[in-house]
Amino acid sequence: MTNDAIVKYIFNPDIPGTMTRQIYMDHSSTTPVDAAVTEAMLPYFSDRFGNPSSLYSIGREARRAMEDARAKVADLICAKKEEIIFTGSGTESDNLAIKGLAYRNRKKGDHIITSSIEHHAVLYTCKYLETQGFKVTYLPVSKEGLVNPDDVETGITSKTVLITIMHANHEIGTIQPVEEIGKIAKEKNIPFHTDAIQTAGKLPLNVDALGVSLLSMSAHKMYGPKGVGALYIRKGIGLEPLFHGGGHERDIRSGTENVPGIVGFGKAAQLAKERLPEAAKITKLRDSLIKGVLEIKDSYLNGHPEKRLPDNANFRFSYIEGESMILNLDMKGVAASTGSACSSKSLEPSHVLLATGLKHEEAHGSLRFTIGRGNTRDDVDYIISVLPEIVNKLRMISPLAG
Amino acid sequence: MKNMTDGYSEKVMEHFANPRNVGEIKDADGIGKVGNPVCGDLMWIYIKVKDNRLEDVKFKTFGCGAAIATSSMITEMAKGKTLEEALKITRNDVAEALEGLPPVKMHCSNLAADGLHAAIKDYLERKKNR
Repeated sequence: MTNDAIVKYIFNPDIPGTMTRQIYMDHSSTTPVDAAVTEAMLPYFSDRFGNPSSLYSIGREARRAMEDARAKVADLICAKKEEIIFTGSGTESDNLAIKGLAYRNRKKGDHIITSSIEHHAVLYTCKYLETQGFKVTYLPVSKEGLVNPDDVETGITSKTVLITIMHANHEIGTIQPVEEIGKIAKEKNIPFHTDAIQTAGKLPLNVDALGVSLLSMSAHKMYGPKGVGALYIRKGIGLEPLFHGGGHERDIRSGTENVPGIVGFGKAAQLAKERLPEAAKITKLRDSLIKGVLEIKDSYLNGHPEKRLPDNANFRFSYIEGESMILNLDMKGVAASTGSACSSKSLEPSHVLLATGLKHEEAHGSLRFTIGRGNTRDDVDYIISVLPEIVNKLRMISPLAG
Repeated sequence: MKNMTDGYSEKVMEHFANPRNVGEIKDADGIGKVGNPVCGDLMWIYIKVKDNRLEDVKFKTFGCGAAIATSSMITEMAKGKTLEEALKITRNDVAEALEGLPPVKMHCSNLAADGLHAAIKDYLERKKNR
């Protein structure tokens, strides 16, 4: 099966005997594994199955493959190979960076600065650390979702041990002024972590230009496999491990390495770097989608109009609720997502949308499309053609629409 | 951002896709307004009463798939029933008629029975004050 066929298959298994158009536009949730990535991984399941810690040849073979992948992941962010640690997910990378650094520096201080729109992997890790005696400052954002670097600077105290601000937001796509925050962190000599899970593989990244000490990545957001993450740890930064055991990954992350997954991550990172120029095509599709969708009455764009991920289009529609839109889009073969409470286990709408100043009922009406390399202009046109009908149908049912 | 659409029964999806009795009743005898847009669910149930029976029931709902499906279902369940019978319809009855709801939806979006009861109470209040 070709990559395009993975992304867009025309047989809908839910409706036997029918040929329904299927459009996947939720690439910030996950991406299909690229065929070249799968191919690179396959030998490492059963043929080259060695444990990288073993001294004999099949062990060394696995280690070489893993180190080759490490070099490719490092290359994606212009880092040194020795500065990359493989983990089991982006969430684990965030946890390791934040808890690992906080615990290691407990004697120096107990204060962490973050933003109010971080992914739960960062936000709930910070909240957990509050229960362990740490103090956390959650910086507000503008209505476009931007952190003000001045707030970071004024938030710093003599007790601050870590600044953690995401590179780009997973929901609204706003890209933060990470370089500016990095400069402040460097001046004040405070370690700076950024969750780059939504930007790694989408934007050119350079850890020195960003001024970060720690950077989290995930393979499955860049056409790699699920279950593999990576953490960039600048030379000289010490972390307390979360897992103790055989001393793998420089004693920072014990546990036999997921060699096939890591090999897949390496291949995905290499392809992502080669394909960075494709962002221009994706940005163009995004802009067409935004233009088309905003033709709908009482619809608004969430996030920043320019400082946003190339693939992200997040909208809000007055008077209607997100999950209902998702279900209707699914019936039309379109996969998207929402920040509505009804789409979460917490029954609270997205903390990101609330932090940008939206009211609860406005946050419930959000809809996110995230475009991938398999999407076409036809896909965008199809969504623009079916969405107004869905919005109208739900507004007809809604008591809020006048 | 998750899609909690897993776990909806075919019956829920069928009512969601083709909701019955959508709209307002202009000269309704009773209106029940329950829920809160802040929580993400708001349900308005309109009733027309004749000879102590629900001659017509309609709804307007802002909310998720479960909120719309339960609204649609209760209009079908309540139509033709006496007020006493209708008041006996519980949230669980609605969920059962829909072949179940995901646990997370049981308390937040399963408001239709409350909406119907509120509409009947509104009717009884109006009648008392006439």
